[in-house]
Amino acid sequence: MIETLLQRWFSNHKFPGGVHPPQHKAESCSAASIEADLPARLILPLHQHIGEPAEPVVEIGNKVLKGQRIASANGYVSAAIHAPSSGTVTEIADYAIPHPSGMNAPCIIIETDGEDRWGERNAVQDWKKLNASALRNIIRDAGIVGLGGAGFPSFIKLNPGAKKSIDTLILNGVECEPYITCDDLIMRERSGEIMLGLHIMRHALNAKECIIAVEENKPDAFKMMTTMAKETTGVKVVSVPTIYPHGSEKQLIQAITGKEVPANGLATQIGVVCHNVATAAAIYRAVYHGEPLISRYVTVTGSGVSEPRNVRTLIGTPISELIKQCGGEVASLSRIIMGGPMMGYAMQTEQIPVIKTTNCIIACTEEDVVSEPAVMPCIRCGACAEVCPVSLLPQQLYLHSKSRDYDKAQEFNLFDCIECGCCSYVCPSKIPLVQYYRHAKGEIWANEREKKQADIARERHEFRQTRMEREAAEKAERHRQKKAALAAKNKAGGANKSTIDDAIAKAKAKRLQQSAKTETSEITTKITDTTGADED
Amino acid sequence: MEFKTPTSPHIHSGASVSRVMLLVVAAAIPGIAVYVGFFGWGVVINIMLALITALACEAGMLLIRKRPVLPFLADGSAVVTAILLALALPAIAPWWIVVIGAAFAIIIAKQLYGGLGYNPFNPAMAGYVMLLVSFPIEMTRWQAPLSQTDLAPGFFDSWNIIFSGLSDKITDAISMATPLDTLKTELRLDQNIDQIITGNPLFSNLAGLGWEWINIAFLVGGLFLLYKRIISWHIPVAMLATIALLSGMFYIIDPNQFSSPTIHLLSGATMLGAFFIATDPVSAATSNPGRIVYGIGIGVFTYVIRTWGGYPDAIAFSVLLMNMVAPTIDYYIKPRVFGHGQKK
Repeated sequence: MIETLLQRWFSNHKFPGGVHPPQHKAESCSAASIEADLPARLILPLHQHIGEPAEPVVEIGNKVLKGQRIASANGYVSAAIHAPSSGTVTEIADYAIPHPSGMNAPCIIIETDGEDRWGERNAVQDWKKLNASALRNIIRDAGIVGLGGAGFPSFIKLNPGAKKSIDTLILNGVECEPYITCDDLIMRERSGEIMLGLHIMRHALNAKECIIAVEENKPDAFKMMTTMAKETTGVKVVSVPTIYPHGSEKQLIQAITGKEVPANGLATQIGVVCHNVATAAAIYRAVYHGEPLISRYVTVTGSGVSEPRNVRTLIGTPISELIKQCGGEVASLSRIIMGGPMMGYAMQTEQIPVIKTTNCIIACTEEDVVSEPAVMPCIRCGACAEVCPVSLLPQQLYLHSKSRDYDKAQEFNLFDCIECGCCSYVCPSKIPLVQYYRHAKGEIWANEREKKQADIARERHEFRQTRMEREAAEKAERHRQKKAALAAKNKAGGANKSTIDDAIAKAKAKRLQQSAKTETSEITTKITDTTGADED
Repeated sequence: MEFKTPTSPHIHSGASVSRVMLLVVAAAIPGIAVYVGFFGWGVVINIMLALITALACEAGMLLIRKRPVLPFLADGSAVVTAILLALALPAIAPWWIVVIGAAFAIIIAKQLYGGLGYNPFNPAMAGYVMLLVSFPIEMTRWQAPLSQTDLAPGFFDSWNIIFSGLSDKITDAISMATPLDTLKTELRLDQNIDQIITGNPLFSNLAGLGWEWINIAFLVGGLFLLYKRIISWHIPVAMLATIALLSGMFYIIDPNQFSSPTIHLLSGATMLGAFFIATDPVSAATSNPGRIVYGIGIGVFTYVIRTWGGYPDAIAFSVLLMNMVAPTIDYYIKPRVFGHGQKK
């Protein structure tokens, strides 16, 4: 008791708040990882990352080889997708994808042929000869995105930007969410690959120091990484206290460097870049072996499976196959969570595939999760504020989000909420706080979009109005001048003077007309520039 | 197969409002026990009366307001309100005082504002102040410590005093001014503190007889609440430090006119107020820096009213006054959010 008291009062983690939910990691991290069975059908959503969905480059009926690109990046913030195994493209259609909204989205379906035959691979052993940009291109073409959960295209985060170098490259092996152990396992089993990947990243970023952060609850992984790091200089492995959400990028950076990523800013602004350990291993495979991102470590756990463990599975494998392989019965489950219990989302069906960002599948029975408890009113106890890692006042955000006073909610920094779920976890009234914040954010975005559209429409209307007024005025002016000229002509007896006047008037009118024409054409281009589907 | 898709987080710590309230009640037990030890069974009878009234009013109002009755009765908030109110009343107050106070606290100060979580004022204190201004005689006739009276009432005596409205004579025989009240009255008669305290059986080494131990017992209960993280340290520490600082300052200036910090900290409702009343989350400021301001405010008002005001104790008035300020405090005092301001 005294120990917990002291621990509470002298807790050594260096960001505010945080919670200690039951770990549930032991279940899945004792056994070595296994290779998942090759499924008959792979489902590959075009949108597995942050940014624009990829564009398919194959057609139905095409034979594809393992590692062959089947969809290419659409724009800068996007990622290519590759065939995880050899087979035939049978369908490009909407299927359920892992997304909190439970929506269907375009997927490429590959029927595997069982041969698992590789296509062409461009391995680069002496990557040190390549410059940073060439390395980034390899990583981009391999479709590598952050494997920790967010799925941001990695090559973008390997660009030091204008500064040309960064101070600290952090490899995130914290894995603070309960149940998940895939990073633990990859650190224990692939520490060499991670270390080589780290060197590639360091080269691309021109990083001064490298830190690998591992949470205290993973002593084996910590030992492996420390042994590996001993052989190289400038790489430090640090053990960080076990507290959720220590693995959140901004909180980890704060804990390690003491610096805060500015609100609405990026870590590179304070000279820090943070990548997941599994991403480092994927980068190693892309560069040394020419293998794109087509497989990953996934934790399959929860009391709904009899053999919780980590599997090395192809992207696109339906989660039902993994649950089956780990001794689970889909029909007996009450919920399937992708990700951890704090931030992961519940899947609407077991047909959903593993995507690049899938770190964990929790096959839940009633013992794992709470099922919609009775919600009581907020008593403003402030337990939520105590645990908020961003020092928000969740009780105030709730008050304003609930009453739809979104301006006030933004005054209380709604958009700094990282949706970690700590507040909901401790709320004695069991209010689904995070749900309110997500909803408020969504509403604000929708309102802004609407406002923007209304602004554009108004602007166009005003342009049209002024254009029409100007045209009318010009027309009137032309009439007036013509009239005046005519009158002058009739009046003036002297032919000489009238001819000269006439010529001057004509020239004037012509000039005016021309300028009017260019103006109208300017307006038309402006209108087409502002875009918008509706014509006026 | 179709699954339900509730949003994250999918797990919960198990904290609940009932548990919070239950722990508050548990933490009050040592204080109540000492109180009963010094002042007799009237305290327990008051608590029982207040509990029955509060729960009945809560249930009735919930029914009228068409709200689920059981979950809200089980949340324990009415229980806490009843206990706090009963502890603030004289142990020999007639039964209708307790009933009116508890009914006012629950019906007017709590349910009419929207029930749990929506009351701007601390219901127990609103009930107490209503009683104090409406029934000053009954509310200021305090039971003397049992050791100081020949007619120490047992359980049934207390029962009779409370329910049968015995003649004022008997009640007078067992009642006595509280130490804070004595100090106030005597100081007005140009006595100095030394003269008042020396030889007066109402006072002992630290503060008032009995009251010092009651306060210490509530302090212990308060520390338990802090340990259990039911309350945060900000309000009690700010409030007690302010009272100690102010009383210390004036005590140094003139120890004959101003009572010592020990008397202020261990008399009346100081500790009960600091740990159990001022910390009522619903009506207090909600951010930690805001809570410090809130606690300081209560401390200042308590000292000022006790020293220069018309009432011997002032926890209830101070809490209500700061209740009014709490929304403004919450609007202007916000903690610095991650990534904003100074640190880069």
